[in-house]
Amino acid sequence: MTTEDILHETYSALKSNKARTGLTMLGIVIGISSVIAMVAIGNGAKSSIQSSIESIGSNLVVVTPGAQRSFGGPSSGRGNAQTLTVEDGNAIANNVQNVLTTAYIVSSREQITATGTNTNTNVIGTNPNYSVARNIEVDDGTFISDSAVLSASKVAVIGPTARDDLFGVGTQAVGQSIRIKGIQFKIIGITKAKGGSGFSNPDDSIYIPYTTAQRYLSGNKYLNEIDVSATDASSTTQVQTDITNLLIERHKISDPTKADFSTLNQSDIIATASSVTNTFTVLLGAVAGISLVVGGIGIMNMMLTTVTERTREIGLRKAIGAKKRDINIQFLIESVILTFLGGVMGTILGWAISFTVQKLGILETSVTLSSVLLAFGVSAAIGIIFGYYPARRASRLNPIEALRYE
Amino acid sequence: MIEVKNITKTYSQGKDNEFQALKGVSFTVNDGEFVAIMGPSGSGKSTLMHILGCLDTPSSGTYLLDGKDVSKLSDDNLADIRRDNIGFVFQSFNLLPRTTVLRNVTFPLIYAEVNKVERNTRARQALISAGMDEAHFEHMSNQLSGGQIQRVAIARALVNNPTMILADEPTGNLDTKTGEIVLETFRKLNKELSRTIILITHEPDVALHADRTIVVRDGLIISDEKNIK
Ligand SMILES: Nc1ncnc2c1ncn2[C@@H]1O[C@H](COP(=O)(O)OP(=O)(O)O)[C@@H](O)[C@H]1O
Ligand SMILES: [Mg+2]
Repeated sequence: MTTEDILHETYSALKSNKARTGLTMLGIVIGISSVIAMVAIGNGAKSSIQSSIESIGSNLVVVTPGAQRSFGGPSSGRGNAQTLTVEDGNAIANNVQNVLTTAYIVSSREQITATGTNTNTNVIGTNPNYSVARNIEVDDGTFISDSAVLSASKVAVIGPTARDDLFGVGTQAVGQSIRIKGIQFKIIGITKAKGGSGFSNPDDSIYIPYTTAQRYLSGNKYLNEIDVSATDASSTTQVQTDITNLLIERHKISDPTKADFSTLNQSDIIATASSVTNTFTVLLGAVAGISLVVGGIGIMNMMLTTVTERTREIGLRKAIGAKKRDINIQFLIESVILTFLGGVMGTILGWAISFTVQKLGILETSVTLSSVLLAFGVSAAIGIIFGYYPARRASRLNPIEALRYE
Repeated sequence: MIEVKNITKTYSQGKDNEFQALKGVSFTVNDGEFVAIMGPSGSGKSTLMHILGCLDTPSSGTYLLDGKDVSKLSDDNLADIRRDNIGFVFQSFNLLPRTTVLRNVTFPLIYAEVNKVERNTRARQALISAGMDEAHFEHMSNQLSGGQIQRVAIARALVNNPTMILADEPTGNLDTKTGEIVLETFRKLNKELSRTIILITHEPDVALHADRTIVVRDGLIISDEKNIK
């Protein structure tokens, strides 16, 4: 039998029972589309988490006071402990190799008031280096200057979201005043919008000199955090190790496991987050894969039913000259075409789902060529695997028994 | 030419349950003959027809089809012989569902991978020889009457220029009048196109349409005579 004739037979067989063909195909469509959509969403989540971690700053090593702790552990004392000082920061800047910049941070959540409005947000006391370490750009005005730090001036640079909350969307705010904890500050700059969300949204933060924060807000000489930016990605590990050694020495700690500070390396954070999202993608893909297998079983079920229903037809075909191979190929092609069509529709549907998720702004998604090829490969393989047994059964029917079959 | 020598067929369903449906049958059919095989139900006619039609092989004995021993061939070789040398007309379920009249007739040629143009020409000729009206060629097989179905089956049996056409109770499901027309078709094919026809029936009236009648009873031939007209 020629390929064209086999396809003709397949078409008329699938067409003859449209409802059953459609429902069986639906199983494959759902399986394939969920694999594609789930993998796309997983990949999207991975790249969006990665880029949001990267947007914090580049090659960052974050030093915080308080004991080292594992993820998810109790946060007792971390960030609140009073162990990091400006002198520690200076020592890092002067002694550690490959350090680009060192930013000091004294932060707290405060009530901010302007004329008639108020908001509650992060106030970050810092030095000019912060803008380099955290990639903060100023849209209008200037960032905190060294002289402002030296003189502990009451000046503030505010994020665009904080500006919108206090003065209204897009208002010219440089030169105006706000009150932090009742103390008046003069606005000298507005930062460029960075995007981002959550507790420490840079667009909703207010920056003041750290000396000012120490004097008026925290009332002590300690720092909440030191952000060290390494010159390049490959030296972040060295910078982290050197900082740890330096501070252990400075703080006179005999047992390194009982350090009164902790360091976090940005590439470690990215690696951890990627491994989490990878696991997540695999998990989603596996759940979707199960539905694909269920779809395959549906195909097998339908094909077995078809073979039974068409026993006499198979007998007749054999009587007029069909060989085992002809019957085998015919039924195998039927199941492959069924899954292949399901695969095409599933790919389109999966792509549409990912596209919608992206359009609705839920997540950036990425449908990769490899996941589409995989879906096609898998659906054709399902057709062959689950069609194999029914086709073999059909081809082995004895023509006499088949013709006699009632 | 068909030469059957001392053929037996034993069906076994388990060890102690053997049934000999053919107990040693011999006869010869020359090209261009029109033979009826007649006998009561259960006498072994269909069993014989399956062997003659290469759907099954005998338990013992030899069967020469055009001088070639086909009693010990493999399944696939038997399929080739069925496709190229034999045309079947069954009592029922003759046509493939979901398929047009024309395509039904071309099937032996489709399995033989004959090209489209040639197979359509041959199928049309066969349908016309079997007395089908061209208006029905593109009809689906389920839109036909019983008599039309048998004619399409006859056309299909003709299309590969077979050594013989085997018809097992072809009029069994038809009323007398339609049956007559179908039998006339066989008659005509035999006379005008010199087709070899083996007609299996349990009705003496039907057997009379042939030139020669072989009577079978309990797996044995009890008579083999020319029909007197
Ligand atoms: N596959 C089979 N297994 C066992 N017995 C069979 C089989 N086919 C036919 N028979 C038996 O062989 C005998 C002849 O059957 P068959 O050739 O169909 O007779 P006919 O066509 O003359 O009515 C019957 O008794 C039948 O029961
Ligand atoms: Mg019979």
